[in-house]
Amino acid sequence: MERETKAFLSGNEAVARAVRLARPHVIAAYPITPQTTVIERLAEMVEEESLKSEYLHVESEHSALSACIGASAVGARTFTATSSQGLLYMAECLHYASGGRFPIVMMNANRSVALPWNIYGDQRDSLSLLDCGWIQAYAEDAQESLDLVLQAYAIAEHSEVLTPMMINLDGFVITHTYELVNVPGQNEIDLFLPPFRTTNKMDFDCPMSLAFTAGPAYNQAFKQLQHLAMLKASRVIGEVEERFGRLVGRNYPGLIETLYCGDAEYIIVTLGSVAGTIRPVIEKLRSGGERVGLVRIRYMRPFPDAEIRRALAGAKAVGVLEKDISFGFEGTVFTNVSSALMRSQVVPPRLLNFVGGLGGKDISAADIELIFKRLKNSEPGETVEFI
Amino acid sequence: MVEIRWHGRGGQGAFTAARLLGVAVTLFEDRYALAFPSFGPERRGSPVLGFTRIDNCKIADRSIITDCDVVIILDDTLLDDSVLNGLRRGGLLLVNTAHGELPIRPPDYVRTVLVDATSLAMQYLGRPITNTALLGALAASSDIVRIHSLIAAIRAEMKGTSAEKNVALLEAAYNVYGGNIA
Repeated sequence: MERETKAFLSGNEAVARAVRLARPHVIAAYPITPQTTVIERLAEMVEEESLKSEYLHVESEHSALSACIGASAVGARTFTATSSQGLLYMAECLHYASGGRFPIVMMNANRSVALPWNIYGDQRDSLSLLDCGWIQAYAEDAQESLDLVLQAYAIAEHSEVLTPMMINLDGFVITHTYELVNVPGQNEIDLFLPPFRTTNKMDFDCPMSLAFTAGPAYNQAFKQLQHLAMLKASRVIGEVEERFGRLVGRNYPGLIETLYCGDAEYIIVTLGSVAGTIRPVIEKLRSGGERVGLVRIRYMRPFPDAEIRRALAGAKAVGVLEKDISFGFEGTVFTNVSSALMRSQVVPPRLLNFVGGLGGKDISAADIELIFKRLKNSEPGETVEFI
Repeated sequence: MVEIRWHGRGGQGAFTAARLLGVAVTLFEDRYALAFPSFGPERRGSPVLGFTRIDNCKIADRSIITDCDVVIILDDTLLDDSVLNGLRRGGLLLVNTAHGELPIRPPDYVRTVLVDATSLAMQYLGRPITNTALLGALAASSDIVRIHSLIAAIRAEMKGTSAEKNVALLEAAYNVYGGNIA
């Protein structure tokens, strides 16, 4: 398709359309619910030759990411997708990919991790891997999923970033829900996303060491470079979104999205599709005169610490709602938000952590209203509350 | 906002119907929709649910549908009182059945329409896949979707003779259950 078209797609199908537009050389993946339909669609596209990619059927997720690392090391644009246990099985390779500075793009269908075994959505899979050196983004709907995949290549492959990127879609709630999606034309995307060019590759004309050993004298320097590159990604994300807006016509707000934070006294901070359930509740409460707001974290790495401090500066109480728990302490998103706030002089008087949606448990509009009630209630309670 | 729940058995096309309705209103009526199945493993023959949410503006809320305006039953062996759960006052219950009466008693505040969709499907498709017939009956019994949008949706999503047979079935059901399309 040369021009933008409207389509009624699931989140997984939207991701597959985005991958086709990005023209990857190599796709390597292993199926796992609820990611499977992404790679089924991609396999169909390769079979019918509407996508000219090398599609590698591998025997595991560990091999899928290893294959992407190998392909990226010769300068290929690559894609893989996984979920839950599959992502955990990749864990060793996640560090190889980021340490080797291979800008692989991966979709992760957020799903609970065993035991108890469960195929439904929560975010414990990706949040338990925040420290593996990948950029992590969280989508709210199918349109944002599609756009994030396209932006991911531009961000990850940027010469100052060269860091792999993981786009997270809530399992089933985004991956299997069909909705209206604008699919950009190939011409627009070819302008937005030129072919991948890198010097970080095996090249007979310009040989260099790749994926090497670095002992105590040099190892930390490489890790510092990775950290600096991730910090630079914050700026690059903004630049890429600006260019995407200009060329494709949809604008994104950077590392976080805020709703009514200018005057809100009570704010929920969250990530992923549950933000959609919060929006109409906020409209309803505001029409009753209540000053409530929302911060939707779009990127967990690089972490939007300055943005979050600004957004929460005037709040009386803040609740972090997440589908995750670090057993024996609190939710990982809450830990990150708390740490960001401690860097400023302004910490909201009340900071609470709400853990919900584990193993696919529904979070309803009534649950959201209850959270706002808890934020207004000045009585002390548990910091971590399961809803 | 209109919320519709489809009850079928795996393989009968309940979710396909939910999705076709979404295609019809989004691509051919400039409205918004979410369509999703009951999440989880899929098994042929086991009870499954499909859901369609329709609105004039973008739909943000993705929590599960508990209350709904329309319940559509593709297979009358699924009928028990639980299919009425959450059906709102003034709601519509659309049932595929060859029998003139139901084994359950819907409340008076619900409008019930019985559709012999299996007979129509056997006539037009030669197999008992009733989802497009029920879409035709839905268009005839409510103002939720226009018949021409459903025709366009079927042609967009199905191919060749399958599309045309299903359009014929859709139109036949629409005409039998109160619509009038030439």
